[in-house]
Amino acid sequence: MSEDVVIIGAGMHPWGKWGRNFVGYGVAAAQEALRDAGIDWRDVQFVSGAATMRCGYPGYVAGATFAQALGWQGAEVQTSYAACASGSQALTAARSRILSGQADVALVIGADTTPKGFLAPAKGERPDDPDWVRFRVGITNPTYFALYARRRMEIYGDTQDDFARVKIKNAQHGLTNERARYRKAFTMEDVAASPMVANPLRLMDVCATSDGGAALIIASAAYARKIGKMNAPKIAAISTVTPTFASAIIEMPDLATDSAVAMEAHSFRAALPAKAYAEAGMGPEDVSVAEVYDLSTALELDWIEDLGLCARGEAAGLTRDGATRVGGRMPINPSGGLACFGEAVPAQAIAQVCELTWQLRGDAGERQVEGAKVGITANQGLFGHGSSVILKR
Amino acid sequence: MSEADPVLPGWFTTGAEPHLIGSRCSACGTYYFPKLESFCRNPACESTQFETVELSRTGKLWSFTDACYTPPEPYIAADPFIPYAIAAVELDREKMIVLGQVVEGVGVDALRAGLPMELVVETIPDAVDPKGKLVWKWKPMEDAR
Repeated sequence: MSEDVVIIGAGMHPWGKWGRNFVGYGVAAAQEALRDAGIDWRDVQFVSGAATMRCGYPGYVAGATFAQALGWQGAEVQTSYAACASGSQALTAARSRILSGQADVALVIGADTTPKGFLAPAKGERPDDPDWVRFRVGITNPTYFALYARRRMEIYGDTQDDFARVKIKNAQHGLTNERARYRKAFTMEDVAASPMVANPLRLMDVCATSDGGAALIIASAAYARKIGKMNAPKIAAISTVTPTFASAIIEMPDLATDSAVAMEAHSFRAALPAKAYAEAGMGPEDVSVAEVYDLSTALELDWIEDLGLCARGEAAGLTRDGATRVGGRMPINPSGGLACFGEAVPAQAIAQVCELTWQLRGDAGERQVEGAKVGITANQGLFGHGSSVILKR
Repeated sequence: MSEADPVLPGWFTTGAEPHLIGSRCSACGTYYFPKLESFCRNPACESTQFETVELSRTGKLWSFTDACYTPPEPYIAADPFIPYAIAAVELDREKMIVLGQVVEGVGVDALRAGLPMELVVETIPDAVDPKGKLVWKWKPMEDAR
């Protein structure tokens, strides 16, 4: 690979249920990222937007929508949609532009305004759409998270208390994060008293949907040097691999897994970081901090194992021992994770990278992981989308 | 009174011993549910030939949960909403996991991984048809309880 691509600016609009137009969140995040980078908006040569599907046509062409809102200045533009991995695909597009020499500096941006309650499928009678079909027969998003959680209980002996500890830990992390939506400490009793959503997961085990926006300014190392950003975190790897047939785990929105009659079964979640580690020339032993997609508390435990940060079945023990807290030997979700943010789909993968940027620069305040050198993200969305990004100092 | 119609016509047979209707690639033997008849998804297989098959109507419970809140449309819920359990069942011959509701009256407390399960049909409410619609459900096998 040619010279490194580095992150020279990061910004976020606070997550919440603000009920305003998504464009405003994106613009606020972009302006913070531009200030952080110390460059003028008119210096940006490429705008890479992550799309939202819930805000009409402006959301489908998010890259152009944000470029217009910030003031047309002739930059080239692209929009990516890949469910929860939209932000990583937007990051990939921008990095490719820079690696190929077609741009020196780019804005990566995503924002969303979300409805209340369960995420629901598109309208109409559509029996050819697996997302429509599964809702018709009563299978919602928490169903899948709960099936994974129960599986952990059945094969590893995890308990609901083990899951609650993840919530308590993430809530503690998010307490001082001014960008988080939920900044409140919880006890085991609080989690146990929250209503059951999909046994064994309670309301406080499952993440909400939120409004929010996140942005990154990325640049060639040469550009960063030119403007005096000598210590900008480097993008060491981005993985957006698809699953390998036969995919072994039941995945949203499907009603059945692949059949493993002709080909052996593979784990998609484990494949995502495997490619990232290979590209970065690193392994789990190099990781100082991770931001993972805790759509549920139990799913954080799955990710810890899929990232190779401990052996299968050991993540609950790691959490019990306090190892996954800031200050522990393998801090997970120092931002507070989705537990404190709720999910703003096109912004979330970018927000993960924002947090790692601040962690690697030592700018994370009270939630700082001391001496963080390498950070990894992981997320997964519908229809075989997912991503894992590695940053290094 | 005539029997309710299937919620998804052509997805399963009805009666005392119903089956899910899937397909099987004529070249590599991979099973599909729902039925696939276009291009085999095994990347090592270029087949476009499929047979329609009845999937195994018994399997082992892989994992389970329940729905404590009313799902959004297009699910049509009873009013008041009656929570239901959900099963992910591994089919041995097909080497695949299939989801479905669990029969009425069986909650998560009655379930554990590895439990033998069989396919049955039950009705779920429908927006138009007062008889409701038939849907496949999983039921713990009698001799295992």
